[in-house]
Amino acid sequence: MSTATLPGPIPHDHDVGRINYLHSHRGVMSWVYTLDHKRIGIMYLAAVTASFLVGGVMALLIRAELIDPQLTMLPSNKVYNQLFTLHGAIMVFLFIIPSIPAALGNFFLPIMLGAKDVAFPRLNLASFYIYVVGAIFAVISIVLGSVDTGWTFYTPYSVDTQTSVVMMTMGAFILGFSSIFTGLNFIVTVHKLRAPGLTWFRMPLFVWALYATSIIQVLATPVLGITLLLLAIERVAHVGIFDPLMGGDPVLFQHFFWFYSHPAVYIMIVPGMGIISEIIPTFARKPIFGYRFIAFSSIAIALIGFLVWGHHMFTSGQSEIAVMIFSALTFLVSIPSAIKVFNWTATLYRGSIDLKTPMLYALSFIFLFTIGGLTGLFLGALATDIHLHDTYFIVAHFHYVMVGGTVMAFMGGLHYWWPKMTGRMYPELLGQITCGIVFLGFNMTFFTQFILGSQGMPRRYATYDEQFQPLHAFSSVGALVLGVGFAITTAYLLWSLWKGAKAPRNPWGSLSLEWQIETPPIHQNFLETPVIEGMPYDYGVETGSGH
Amino acid sequence: MDKTFFMPRQASTMAAAVDDVYYFVYWLSVFFFALIVGLMIFFVIRYRRRSPDDVTPKITHSYALEAFWSIIPLFLIILIFAWGFKVYLQLRVVPANAFEIHVTALKWQWQFTYPDGTVTIGELGVPVGRPVKLLMNSQDVIHSFYVPDMRVKQDVVPNRYTVAWFEATEVGDHRIYCAEYCGDGHSQMYGWVKVMPPDVFNDWVAAGGIEAGNLPPVEYGKLLFEKKTCIVCHSVDGTGNKQCPDLLGVFGHEVTLTDGSTVMADENYLRRSMMEPNADVVQGYRAEMPSFAGLLKDDQTTALIEYIKSLGASE
Ligand code: HEC
Ligand SMILES: [Cu+2]
Repeated sequence: MSTATLPGPIPHDHDVGRINYLHSHRGVMSWVYTLDHKRIGIMYLAAVTASFLVGGVMALLIRAELIDPQLTMLPSNKVYNQLFTLHGAIMVFLFIIPSIPAALGNFFLPIMLGAKDVAFPRLNLASFYIYVVGAIFAVISIVLGSVDTGWTFYTPYSVDTQTSVVMMTMGAFILGFSSIFTGLNFIVTVHKLRAPGLTWFRMPLFVWALYATSIIQVLATPVLGITLLLLAIERVAHVGIFDPLMGGDPVLFQHFFWFYSHPAVYIMIVPGMGIISEIIPTFARKPIFGYRFIAFSSIAIALIGFLVWGHHMFTSGQSEIAVMIFSALTFLVSIPSAIKVFNWTATLYRGSIDLKTPMLYALSFIFLFTIGGLTGLFLGALATDIHLHDTYFIVAHFHYVMVGGTVMAFMGGLHYWWPKMTGRMYPELLGQITCGIVFLGFNMTFFTQFILGSQGMPRRYATYDEQFQPLHAFSSVGALVLGVGFAITTAYLLWSLWKGAKAPRNPWGSLSLEWQIETPPIHQNFLETPVIEGMPYDYGVETGSGH
Repeated sequence: MDKTFFMPRQASTMAAAVDDVYYFVYWLSVFFFALIVGLMIFFVIRYRRRSPDDVTPKITHSYALEAFWSIIPLFLIILIFAWGFKVYLQLRVVPANAFEIHVTALKWQWQFTYPDGTVTIGELGVPVGRPVKLLMNSQDVIHSFYVPDMRVKQDVVPNRYTVAWFEATEVGDHRIYCAEYCGDGHSQMYGWVKVMPPDVFNDWVAAGGIEAGNLPPVEYGKLLFEKKTCIVCHSVDGTGNKQCPDLLGVFGHEVTLTDGSTVMADENYLRRSMMEPNADVVQGYRAEMPSFAGLLKDDQTTALIEYIKSLGASE
């Protein structure tokens, strides 16, 4: 195993393993061919961040257009439709799905397990390049005539439209493989490479979360692949599968699509929950409250999450029985999430709470994810879903979960582990202030949209009725604030690489394994295999009075 | 009822029931949000780090407490589920005495066909106080029929019928939107539900979906010319600036057709132009006019002809 983790150029140099991973090998090629999970994680981090910024610029363009009810800035409705499609597709497939697992997960999963690398380092590098190829397909599709179907590619519209649907779906198809391989790699790594003493119930909750996510990635993503392939076949070879004009069934596509894409929602949020479970104990200096409940709730979400896809289709004309069952199961899947929120809050009780930037992001997560989760109840309830479906209420709801949840967790994780990954500290006060700006901008942008949607403003509208203008304009101002927040973050993180203070080994006083090793980690992570003797959250002193 | 901060006007019998579910979930959410975030903020202030050497208790779990906060939400979600489902069934089960209207969705237009064959475009006239059943079908991609004030939404799918119903409670106009993304014109796929007192409604349908009252034929024809979308393609002011033949002074003149022959534009020619537009295509134009056979009643066709004749007369 250990030789496999050493990249090509200097395989026999015994000292190389002891050098900080950033300096262990030099030159561009040492990155291109690297098998080091940490370097692959960093490359993913750069790629997903770039995607996030591109998708973010598109969001700003969309919001700018929506300041006015009429089309003012963009040349046509079509361009607007292409923009929101690209925004969605880029954010989902190129940013949010790989963001936490492939970037932060890649870097920290093996370290948290006390391993030198993932189980299949070459497959890991392959995942990254497959991701790059998928991204290239997406770019080609933009050049050829950017898709205007929405990221959901609903048929028969996606069979009809003249835009380059095949290229884009091939891109998503390829990206799917990247996701599957990462999931596979993580599952095997967790099973096989845990350090001595690291039993399942001593694993950090971030690992549990990644494990649950990986299961979904491996089981659900192939369905998306097959669906997109069928769509491409239908377009290219005119085989009637989804298009009623050729004898197909358009609603079948929705079933297939959501059979993947609902579990995919959990691919996006569960890793974020894992990060929150790391940050809160560290900055509250308390053991996580209810470790087992949190661990099992990840698995429960992963499993029940497979059975609720029909709740995206309550108005599609499916049978009342199906609708009823999907509604009931949808409510059920809310319980594990609720448990997590209660347990995180309980962890704060009698803690010693330090409001550093990562903690501020974690608390923002609880605030926003609670709203995201509770508004899900409006959509799970059938009577209200009929009214709210396909309005801005949905847009607001999933942004509260995906941005208020996952992106906040990603930002929290990024700040939390930045010192470990880069060896540099970012300016703390600026980080805290920026978190405030992001939080404010986010709520301005998206809370407004709950009201818009309840009032009946449909989504994916390039133009809209006058009565909605004040709220739309307010939301657009919020988006600008949010954009400024992310721009400042990008700037000071990059600045810290240059000028940031050198990071100590364990700036937050965490007990977790990754903080006990060198900063930045040495090439082979551990000089000798660690032996794990306790929980990663053994904070506090036994008082007797506690539980 | 007028619109509230969150919800639009209540204009159907079901709206209040839907809103009750909405506001129940809303206040429940407000409660839990206040509880969680309130505790969070309280803990953050009360237990903020005072010194780097703060000592904290080792509290790891409490199965009793965790079971408690798993089970309480379980009861609440069962309640919301059951209530939501009950109202949903009412939204789905069409009352027996409903008045049936066929809805056809196409890019980017709503068409409504009444039992007597009257067809309206973008305007769904309904009687107040009587359930209306909508039998819906799409000619192209998936659309979704959405009237916020009625709390009605139903996807409209090609090759399959879907059904929705509502009973309007107040006279007035209510927005129809397309809620399922359908391409370039999606955000302009508007329409109106026009709620009328029953007798006005009956006259309205009889007049072909127009408040004709007792208009003289020429006036009626002029209205139809707009409502039936002729005006989208034809100019009537002699400018010919709409890519289709200008109809000013057509009547009573020779018209040259694509095959070079000529034909006298009399009443029968005008009638044929509407019913079988491709039978004789005017020279210099393509056969792009849709047939209005089945979309116009006899007296409407006559009124339109009278209107076109009147255009000639004013010359
Ligand atoms: C989609 C555009 C379109 C619409 C809508 C339309 N027409 Fe036409 N119409 C045309 C075109 C194109 C022609 C010329 C080709 C032909 O003769 O079929 C035409 C021809 C005619 C003619 C013959 C004109 C001539 O110069 O001889 C008459 C009369 C006419 N239309 C009446 C109507 C009326 C009445 C309506 C509404 C009920 C209507 N059209 C709606 C496009 C349209
Ligand atoms: Cu539509």
